[in-house]
Amino acid sequence: MYRFKYQKAASVAEAASLLDGAEDGVYLAGGMTLIPTLKARLASPTDVIDLGAIDGMADISVGDTVRIGALARHAEVAASAAVRGAIPALADLAGLIGDAHVRNRGTLGGSVANSDPAADYPAAVLALNAVVHTDRRTIAADDFFKGLFETALEPGEIVKSLAFQIPRRAGYAKFPNPASRYAIVGVMVADFGAEVRVGVTGAGACAFRSAELERALAGGLAAEALADVTIPYDGFNSDIHASAEYRGHLVAVMAQRAVAAAIG
Amino acid sequence: MSETGIGASVKRREDLRFITGAGRYTDDIDQPGQAYAVFLRSPHARAAIGSIDASAALQVPGVLAVYTGQDLAADGIGDLPCGWMVKSKDGSDMIQPPHPPIAVERVNYVGEPYGLVVAETLQAARDGAEAVAVDFDALPAVVDPASAMQGDQLYAQAPNNRCYDWELGDQAATDAAFARADHVTSLDIVNNRLIPNAMEPRAATGCFDAASGDYTLYTTSQNPHLARLVMAAFVQVAPESKLRVVSPDVGGGFGSKIFVYAEETAVTWAAGKLRRPVKWRAERAESFLADAHGRDHVTKAELALAADGEMLGLRVSTIANMGAYLSTFASSVPTYLYGTLLAGQYKTPAVYVGVQAVFTNTSPVDAYRGAGRPEATYVVERLVETAARELKMDPTALRRRNFIQPADFPYETPVALVYDTGDYEASLNRALEHVDYAGFAARRDAAQARGKRRGIGFSCYIEACGLAPSQVALSLGAGVGLFESAEVRVNVTGSVTVITGAHSHGQGHETTFAQIVSERLGIPFDSVEVAHGDTSRGDYGLGTYGSRSLAVGGSAIVKASDKIIAKGKKIVAHAFETTDEQIDFTEGVFAERDSNRSMTFGEVAFAAYVPANFPLDELEPGLSEKAFYDPGNFTYPAGAHVCEVEVDAETGVLEIVKFVAVDDFGHVINPMIVAGQVHGGLCQGIGQALCEHGVYDASGQLVTGSFLDYCMPRADDVPSFVVDTTVTPCTHNPLGVKGCGEAGAIGATAAVMNAVTDALGVKELAMPARSEVVWRALSAA
Amino acid sequence: MEVTLTVNGTAHALDVPDNMLLVEVLRERLRLTGTHVGCDTSQCGACVVHMDGRAVKSCTVLAGQADGADVTTIEGIGAPDDLHPMQAAFRECHALQCGFCTPGMIMAAIDLVNTSEQLDEQAVREGLEGNLCRCTGYHNIVRAVLAARDAM
Repeated sequence: MYRFKYQKAASVAEAASLLDGAEDGVYLAGGMTLIPTLKARLASPTDVIDLGAIDGMADISVGDTVRIGALARHAEVAASAAVRGAIPALADLAGLIGDAHVRNRGTLGGSVANSDPAADYPAAVLALNAVVHTDRRTIAADDFFKGLFETALEPGEIVKSLAFQIPRRAGYAKFPNPASRYAIVGVMVADFGAEVRVGVTGAGACAFRSAELERALAGGLAAEALADVTIPYDGFNSDIHASAEYRGHLVAVMAQRAVAAAIG
Repeated sequence: MSETGIGASVKRREDLRFITGAGRYTDDIDQPGQAYAVFLRSPHARAAIGSIDASAALQVPGVLAVYTGQDLAADGIGDLPCGWMVKSKDGSDMIQPPHPPIAVERVNYVGEPYGLVVAETLQAARDGAEAVAVDFDALPAVVDPASAMQGDQLYAQAPNNRCYDWELGDQAATDAAFARADHVTSLDIVNNRLIPNAMEPRAATGCFDAASGDYTLYTTSQNPHLARLVMAAFVQVAPESKLRVVSPDVGGGFGSKIFVYAEETAVTWAAGKLRRPVKWRAERAESFLADAHGRDHVTKAELALAADGEMLGLRVSTIANMGAYLSTFASSVPTYLYGTLLAGQYKTPAVYVGVQAVFTNTSPVDAYRGAGRPEATYVVERLVETAARELKMDPTALRRRNFIQPADFPYETPVALVYDTGDYEASLNRALEHVDYAGFAARRDAAQARGKRRGIGFSCYIEACGLAPSQVALSLGAGVGLFESAEVRVNVTGSVTVITGAHSHGQGHETTFAQIVSERLGIPFDSVEVAHGDTSRGDYGLGTYGSRSLAVGGSAIVKASDKIIAKGKKIVAHAFETTDEQIDFTEGVFAERDSNRSMTFGEVAFAAYVPANFPLDELEPGLSEKAFYDPGNFTYPAGAHVCEVEVDAETGVLEIVKFVAVDDFGHVINPMIVAGQVHGGLCQGIGQALCEHGVYDASGQLVTGSFLDYCMPRADDVPSFVVDTTVTPCTHNPLGVKGCGEAGAIGATAAVMNAVTDALGVKELAMPARSEVVWRALSAA
Repeated sequence: MEVTLTVNGTAHALDVPDNMLLVEVLRERLRLTGTHVGCDTSQCGACVVHMDGRAVKSCTVLAGQADGADVTTIEGIGAPDDLHPMQAAFRECHALQCGFCTPGMIMAAIDLVNTSEQLDEQAVREGLEGNLCRCTGYHNIVRAVLAARDAM
């Protein structure tokens, strides 16, 4: 790691002001991506501003939506009875992220703000039509993910919480990378009655909604509805673990499994 | 059998320190005043090194020195040698390109060190390393072994990038066998490159004592004496008498810590230059590049059969990738540890193998768990299974038809080995019982009903280990003898210190060797301590690899123990005023025959060191004996592995649902430890089949350079194993033991791939059988 | 940077560089070398310790993040004559060979048992996916964790 100044912010406002005062500052949430990046000397911020001590940013509450603080750790979401009661698929997804130790440190906000193409949460953000609450505004899910490690967040903007819409039913299916355990493909299917939303992660530069799958499921969740669907894979990620074509195939299969999970 | 003697599953005494965090690995040991080294590593697969500008690095606070290959060369530091001279079939010596520890003119693989920065802190050393400016003139790289002989010539000495063109067996007889065959089965096989990844990254701390001129090296080595020998005789860092090498607790080796590398050489040298300790610990990213890799063969193999399944001949042509340089034992792996094993468990009368070793711009390739024998087993057992399918024979029946039978031993193979003993059918029969072969068809149907495709595969492997009879090894080009040493020191109070030249880095020698000595000398297990891993404690040793520690090192311990008994008899005979022929030794008691007089082991020990009235011209005081044991032959562990897999046809994901391994290791000293060795080997063999692969891109960059991309088997990738043993004792060592360290990795890979191809109904499938590979095979079928 | 943390029951106040990792604090400052470093990408789990009761990779926690935390390492869970049930089970089941992954594996396994309501073989295997072992093939580790589950 290069040298940097580490500071712990006590509030969102303090964090923003610390970043503002830094030459090249970066926020730290759980650190599951940032710290390995720093260790590899792939980033050289002058200041690391730790959000971890900010009070009240890890709360989970369920009302019209499932509202989860940005600092809620994956293990907390996975174990939350409230989340499981409202959107079991979201608890399931959180329990599939990384490994147990990563889930004990990694946070919802950190994951979403990073927009790693292979992260799990972005699929849920899109499928569950979440609203991203920041220190400046709210951002609709469909406007949030912009590209590879790129989001609608402005420099210095802090994700405070996400409000997930509660579907009638939902399911998540993940095809993990056998080496890293990130998602090669992850598909969340959410049935809102009037609308079925499908969020796909791992396949593209960032998470996206699949028009093909949503169209096929428009008539309601049924595994048969996906029997003939093919996913165009042009532009999908391709690496030694999975070609674009295979990822396209897996999106369809994971969608079927997500539907099966949703139906129960 | 006693609770701690031979055959007992004694709990390991080394465990207490490991489970409480008290183990001492190289990186855990700090030296007062130590500095830290960071190596400068080539970003290019092949490049000429232009100027190296260290001025900015030397300005970094804390940086003590920047050394380049020129600095080492100017100080007379020699090349890293390859210790096994293989001759081509035309009689010429293999080609050994110069291999300076730190590159001087050229770099030839990504990660090759071309310098090192030493600093007060690791942070300063890293900062310094980044500040070094180098002009590289990148050159086109040769990466793919199959086409390496047509690529740019990498070394002036090596036309066609060929290291050697070696052969073994009777080519004419083999061709004749093919000419009269009713059926020929042929396969194109790629044995995928593996990266060893012992969990402890390599580390080394060099120390120099200015007062004495002595060097001490703490290093993660499987064979500290060999490291000392190479560093003294070839690299010439220091004379053997001035260099002590200590390998403390070592966190796994699997072959990768046999070799003498640039880093331990350079930090020892640098310690002398700077007159202070210099420490280095590999980051995992460095381990991926700088540890010798394993396997990487491209092979065409053919098996000639009669219509009834009789195996008539085997013809094998292999290209073996050596990487950019010849690592310490690299040349022996695809030759004497590979070609010699191609007879397998079978009476195939004619075998011919040709091996062309090639240089590429990739990390050096050397022995990795099994070393040549997994590659041989893979060739033979994939061929046999495929032949059975083509001949529509049961694969176990085809094997039985051709097994060497117990009455045939000693059996001389057409590829230069003499198997001493074995009962291959016994292992296979036991394995079939465990796996319930009769029930397989029903299991397959049940899987089908669940939407899964189930397959079964077999692998009846043999290995030659217990390396090695020195006469044989030396005649075949080895640069060192392959005996082992032992010292049994009886202390005055009757406790015993055993010093072995073998090295334990997970094998549990401190327990197993104590069991042997405890039983042999009839003394309590707790009275025996086993020491290893320090050239200042033991005279010499060849270390641990090739499943040799028990068969060779254990035999040396037996030999030294027997000398203790012989000496003890002399002492007792003197005390009783009789001759040593009149003294019997049983269970720790020396007793005079036909009398009631006796002395315990403890009394004899005391007498040895309190020699009241010894006839000093006939009987020396003391009770401490050394032995060097040189084996009469290799040992030949063999066994039958059976694997069942299920395939998710939608995704191509494979699951190993059953794995049975029945091995014949001869006598077993500690069954618990032996089973553990098998489990670990199986996991590595399965890893090769299903997920592990060292991949380079066309420019020679390692694509799988971290655990994010190099897929290590995890707990949820493997099943619980069923392991069992059958026993035919080795005929030529005192314990009747054969060795168990590599068997799992040797047998498992072929069993898995035979099962996978059975499930898919395909003839060939590339390893690793990743889900996409499987899915594509299913889509094509 | 000043950090205070409690390690194995003992409070420490340390002046550390801002970019120091928890594992470096443990190994280099407190000489608790039982916690190992096996990779640089947060994959292998050799460095797992408990922070405020939960298993974390100490190579992926900054010292500052651990400020005020209660940390338990392999050295803090038992002694040779008073082993934690998980340590005892690892020995009894021969769940270690070279011992390098073992501290992280034991710390991970304790957290797994502590946080699992039902733990069968499959759950143990999945629960240990964050810890690599190259020696044992996991077979005896799984047996040990199941044995310790019953003893804890």
